[in-house]
Amino acid sequence: MSSINYNDKIPNNVNLSEDKTLQRALEHWQPNYLQWWNDMGPNGSNQMDVYLRTAVSTTPEGWAHFGHVKMPDYRWGIFLAQAENERKINFGEEKGRAAWQDVPGEHRANLRRIIVTQGDTEPASVEQQRHLGLTAPSQYDMRNLFQINVEEGRHLWAMVYLLHKYFGRDGREEAEALLQRNSGDQDNPRILEAFNEETPDWLAFYMFTYFTDRDGKFQLNALAESGFDPLSRTCRFMLTEEAHHMFVGESGVSRVIARTVEMMRQHGVEDPAQVRALGVIDLQTLQRYLNFHFSVTVDLFGADQSSNAATFYSSGLKGRYEETKRDDDHLLKGQHYRILEVADGKLQEREVPMLNSLNEVLRDDFIRDSIAGIGRWNRVIEKAGLSFRLSAPNKAFNRHIGSFAGHRISPEGRVLSEAEWAANERNWLPSEEDRAWVASLMGRVIEPGKMANWIAPPPMGINKQPIDFEYVRFN
Amino acid sequence: MNAIAPVVLIRQHLIDPEVCIRCNTCEETCPIDAITHDSRNYVVDADICNGCGNCVSPCPTGAIDHWHTLPRAAAYPLAEQFGWDELPPQREIAEPVLEQMEAANEAASDAPDEAVQENAAISVSSSIPPWSAAHPYAHLYTVKNPVVATVAGNYRLTAPDAASDVHHIVLDFGTQMFPILEGQSIGIIPPGLDEHGKPHYMRMYSVASPRGGEREGYNNLALTVKRVAEDHAGRPVRGVASNYLCDLQKGAQVQVAGPFGVNYLMPNHAGSNILMICTGTGSAPMRAMTEHRRRLLASGKPIEGKLMLFFGARNPAELPYFGPLLKLPADFIDMHLAFSRLPDQPKAYVQDKIRAAGPAVAQLLSGDTYLYICGLKGMETGVLAALAEVCAAAGVDWPALQARMVGEGRFHVETY
Repeated sequence: MSSINYNDKIPNNVNLSEDKTLQRALEHWQPNYLQWWNDMGPNGSNQMDVYLRTAVSTTPEGWAHFGHVKMPDYRWGIFLAQAENERKINFGEEKGRAAWQDVPGEHRANLRRIIVTQGDTEPASVEQQRHLGLTAPSQYDMRNLFQINVEEGRHLWAMVYLLHKYFGRDGREEAEALLQRNSGDQDNPRILEAFNEETPDWLAFYMFTYFTDRDGKFQLNALAESGFDPLSRTCRFMLTEEAHHMFVGESGVSRVIARTVEMMRQHGVEDPAQVRALGVIDLQTLQRYLNFHFSVTVDLFGADQSSNAATFYSSGLKGRYEETKRDDDHLLKGQHYRILEVADGKLQEREVPMLNSLNEVLRDDFIRDSIAGIGRWNRVIEKAGLSFRLSAPNKAFNRHIGSFAGHRISPEGRVLSEAEWAANERNWLPSEEDRAWVASLMGRVIEPGKMANWIAPPPMGINKQPIDFEYVRFN
Repeated sequence: MNAIAPVVLIRQHLIDPEVCIRCNTCEETCPIDAITHDSRNYVVDADICNGCGNCVSPCPTGAIDHWHTLPRAAAYPLAEQFGWDELPPQREIAEPVLEQMEAANEAASDAPDEAVQENAAISVSSSIPPWSAAHPYAHLYTVKNPVVATVAGNYRLTAPDAASDVHHIVLDFGTQMFPILEGQSIGIIPPGLDEHGKPHYMRMYSVASPRGGEREGYNNLALTVKRVAEDHAGRPVRGVASNYLCDLQKGAQVQVAGPFGVNYLMPNHAGSNILMICTGTGSAPMRAMTEHRRRLLASGKPIEGKLMLFFGARNPAELPYFGPLLKLPADFIDMHLAFSRLPDQPKAYVQDKIRAAGPAVAQLLSGDTYLYICGLKGMETGVLAALAEVCAAAGVDWPALQARMVGEGRFHVETY
């Protein structure tokens, strides 16, 4: 049964009202959360009425209710996807046993670590994006940004619920710490590096939501396979919301490309400087942004050889993407996987035990998914009759985690000397000048239906509303 | 059986590959696994999709919400959809096809009606419920997580010598939660595997009993199920779910999903009129709504509103619930029965009865009225033409009225 009691302080479908200890823990945490939202959430937005989607239950009709709300009044709830009857652990040493409804003592530390790492990314992205509302290219985009922000906030709630409910005092302390670390903070940064990078402009935002929220999709999918059933059910529902975030990224970049190629054709220019003179973002700069966000996100999957990943898998805590759709023994002992590494001055494949390579397996799944979307962007360019094509860099390019850290590798996968890298870095990654140029285009457009010059309108509005709908009332 | 093969129009559900971001939400949401993907596209299998619309609101892009009307035989197969970079244009339906359809409509009352597997409605239908509808519960149980109901009764509704075998089946849910409203459906999951070794698909049935239970105060409901013995072309086919249901013994256990449907619901406010048009087992939701109002009347809490029913079958022996219907007083329900196979009488279809009652129908439509159509897809074109005609004759602007009714949750069509 999954209807939500609106009268509860915290809307939920987890029978919160029957668990007084948990309810008090969360009610104590909530004021701190709101304080964090006020301090670190979207800048200058608290008085705006934003056309937002709110989950009120987990059924297909229930989770997408739309209406104008002020973001501090958003009803951040706790929702678990419906339980599957007699769900089993589907992989690892305990495959075939009933899924855990409580945390097994021997896996407590690892599960807590997984949940905290996932939970830490949620508020981090809100912090990274907190100034973007001031330069939104349209009301439609501003609304999408805020939708992502409140849902990342809800994802934080989802992880905090698990910490409070299943990890006692340790869990409460971890939940507090999730509000104390801050993105980019010198003394108390977020756990993962990509979540300490700035999201300074809207092109970076679209690239981030395309690549980094897609990392979220793969991580959540892997956790949705978990033998710890409450984690699995939490992540399954979060994935429904994550889809919107990736949509904003994919369609955002696509609209930037559409506007650029429209202007290139109209004026018959291809040279980046001439393209920039038209006030749109040249495709070469887009490629550099893509290289940056791709490589930073690929790092998020962790070291290519990881005994932790093997442990998480063998103990049934974190599966592979689409674990239950794969045809193998779901134990992976004695199986192998080909990973890439630098040997003899070039990139070479080497066969290693699969269990230790599960980070790499997930990373490769992510890369396949990412590349398919780049192909869809290229179709926009192709349709305009231009020969330029965007591409994903080699997965060894610009890496800071794993065996490639410390190596210099070109987007094509050639191992470089430090001098070669330095000579070409500004061709491959956004330079200060590139970022300054993109920043110079940013400015808030608030008239309903109007778009900034550098981006095309979306093909349709949100929830079947027209594009010139008043998605944000500024009051 | 008419020699002309009926042309069945479907609204094929398609995903726009240009807008879709391949997030997998639709595939995850679909309760009957009609959506699949390859490395390029997400696609909907027209043989499985029942148009329930569960995937529509979770889709972040709107790519999911495309429906092309075309003959079933020309539906886009999966292999073709996998190759698309963009949606094909909506095809014009050729004149000969429409003519063939009309001929097929004639034959339609002979066609078998397997479970309400898909809403094949080709005209628009309200995507919101009446404003005064009770709050429906939906998706409490799924194929993966069904509820087990017990058969409390199963008997034949049609006369022993009638050609069609329609059963009234009562399912009891004991102490398990299964709230249902008139107009909602449930899914029946037949046990066992099909010829490919896969589990059978869930089949949907409209509930024939009102919210208070088939037997008032009991946690049970009724289904109206016609045993399917031949397909739309008259070839012998044994309907998996309908035969399973019709053969169930009292006490047997059935796996059920649902409830389903959040729009095809009845109004509850004083003064609301209900206009019901149905054929065959399409009578199930009409029986449920009528019985709810009858119980209100009996309990002394009547809702001041008119009921009008147009109900078609081949002959009285094949009309489900014929006996009980005739006992309802004329001041409670204005009833028009159409029989297409009475000896020595011209064939009469529901649209003929609508025309005959023209002024009363137009007058009712002009008021606070909620329209429900349910039955074989063959009936739809004729019924809508008749409604347009009687309105025109009464000086009512039918296209405008229909659009208003659709927008206000007052125009509900479900055909199969």
